Amino acid sequence: MKGYLSDRMGAALLMAPLLLFLALAYAWPFLGVVKWSFTLPTPGVGQYEALLTDDLVQSVFIRTLRIAAIVTLVSVAAAYAITVVWVRGTPTQRLVAEFCILVPFWISVLTRAFGWVALLSNRGLINSWLQAVGFISEPLALVRNEFGVIVGMTHFLIPFAVFPLASAMRALDDRVLLAARGLGSSRMRTFWSVFVPMTRSGIIGAAMIVFVFSLGFFVTPAILGGGRSVMVAELIYLRIFQSPDWGLGAAISVVLVLFVGALMALLFRYVRPRQLI
Amino acid sequence: MRQPGRAAEIKAIGIGKSFGSFRALDNLTLDIGRGEFVTLLGPSGSGKTTFLMILAGFVQPTEGRLFSDGTDITDRPAEQRAAGMVFQGYALFPHMSVEANIAFPLKVRKQSAAEIKRRVGEMIERVGLVGHAKKLPAQLSGGQQQRVALARALVFEPGVLLLDEPFSALDKGLRGQMQAEMKRLHQATGTTFVFVTHDQSEALALSSRVAIFNHGKLLQVGAPNEVYERPANRFVAEFLGEINMLPLKGVRSADNGATALCEDRAISLRGSAEGIDGNAILAIRPEYMSIASEATPGENGIAATATGSTYLGTATRLDLTTKQGARVSVSVPNEVAAAALGNGNSVWLTWPAEKGFLLPDGGQ
Repeated sequence: MKGYLSDRMGAALLMAPLLLFLALAYAWPFLGVVKWSFTLPTPGVGQYEALLTDDLVQSVFIRTLRIAAIVTLVSVAAAYAITVVWVRGTPTQRLVAEFCILVPFWISVLTRAFGWVALLSNRGLINSWLQAVGFISEPLALVRNEFGVIVGMTHFLIPFAVFPLASAMRALDDRVLLAARGLGSSRMRTFWSVFVPMTRSGIIGAAMIVFVFSLGFFVTPAILGGGRSVMVAELIYLRIFQSPDWGLGAAISVVLVLFVGALMALLFRYVRPRQLI
Repeated sequence: MRQPGRAAEIKAIGIGKSFGSFRALDNLTLDIGRGEFVTLLGPSGSGKTTFLMILAGFVQPTEGRLFSDGTDITDRPAEQRAAGMVFQGYALFPHMSVEANIAFPLKVRKQSAAEIKRRVGEMIERVGLVGHAKKLPAQLSGGQQQRVALARALVFEPGVLLLDEPFSALDKGLRGQMQAEMKRLHQATGTTFVFVTHDQSEALALSSRVAIFNHGKLLQVGAPNEVYERPANRFVAEFLGEINMLPLKGVRSADNGATALCEDRAISLRGSAEGIDGNAILAIRPEYMSIASEATPGENGIAATATGSTYLGTATRLDLTTKQGARVSVSVPNEVAAAALGNGNSVWLTWPAEKGFLLPDGGQ
């Protein structure tokens, strides 16, 4: 019992610098934001009332949720396929999958967003090629809209969905898959009715991580959305830096943080943190 | 395809399997009859599990052919062979209830819902899991999980049931209980059972025939009493239980078997001495030897000294050393042991001629 207590003390001491840093760099300033939301421009809950009535704010919130949901669906599905190859493929397949998962981590989010602009814009690679081949006569609108934002965000978030999925797939007992086949189940059926349900915790974990990240995305929507597909984070930026309306910007921030906090609480009810690595 | 409900007859001809340079299984030929209970017995790495996996279709043999009811199934994938399989650690579907686990093989065979319900209900009753149908595997004890695994493997009435060390995770009492239950299920279903174990007493207790493996080779196949009392070689003799070995000289065929010299005393043996040239090993199970205070003329026997004893409850095990230094152990009634030890430790070791058998000198 003594050993256990001192272990916990040790763990707390080791974590202390990080907790202190988080308190000073995030919690304290955030309390300031909470204060603004109730005091600027005049004291009261006026900003929160405005949130409920402002059409622009509401449409941005709805768009953010919609984009986050689509990005989550596409990222998790794509990540699932990559992870199956990474965890269960031949050694060569594993190496290729690992390369595809890790390389995006070494390139900054800004570079990647501009990379997508180069590919998707009206005179970008995809449109020029399609026109050269003669499939289309007018360029397709692939960027400066929701489509571009979704493509860029999905590309960024796939690797984050891979890790919880990989950890769930690695924990799976191969004999259960053999058992299914031995009982007469085809490979396809074994995959859908045994493999996928048994990696459910990984799917939930991956979906939550991608969804939560999507809600706060700033750089990618700002570049690939071209101001026409504004998401919550960009709206906050606009309220604070362009149309000085600090109170409203602060209130949106508080709502976003509370929403993400609630989602995280829900996530940890279903998935242990260890399964997310 | 084979119709369900009928026990399969399996023929393996010249089966071999190499993993790289490792020879897991070598030139195995074995016939398994309809409704037999055959145990594949051997130490780890002996090839017994590899053979089971080949039977199931999870491992492809490097050479040889496999027949089921006369049909070549060597290249048939596992899901089309329809062998029931019980894995070590059970391999139940953790996300499905007991009921759903057992229904799985029927669902993939696209049986009607009513038929599935009826057969699953029957099976649950048969393996004694009534009242547990809605539980998840994690909510069951080891023995109950074992029953689910058996039920799931038998519910579609496979021609053969393959079992890979199914009891290795159970404690001793439960093991005995599950063994009895499996024997009962074998009789009730009439299906061919192929059972892998490294536990010799389990093999002897359960099977109609035992196949003993070592280093990828099938050494002997026979009824339990046959392999126990007439092992083909030293490995089989030692693997199936404790055995005493006494060096023999001057082995010669005689009218009713053979004669030889054991520690300078003439002894007689049953069974042929063919192929044995002069020297050999006499092997006898400890329970077939007994001790006396002095020699009886005409009976096999040699002098020995008791060096230690272990009280086992139902009997006492005596450790003896012969005049020429061979070590022997004998299982005798407790009072016989006490008398022998009270008598200055000098005893006369005897055995019936028909209980000893010859093994080539020093060889396998």
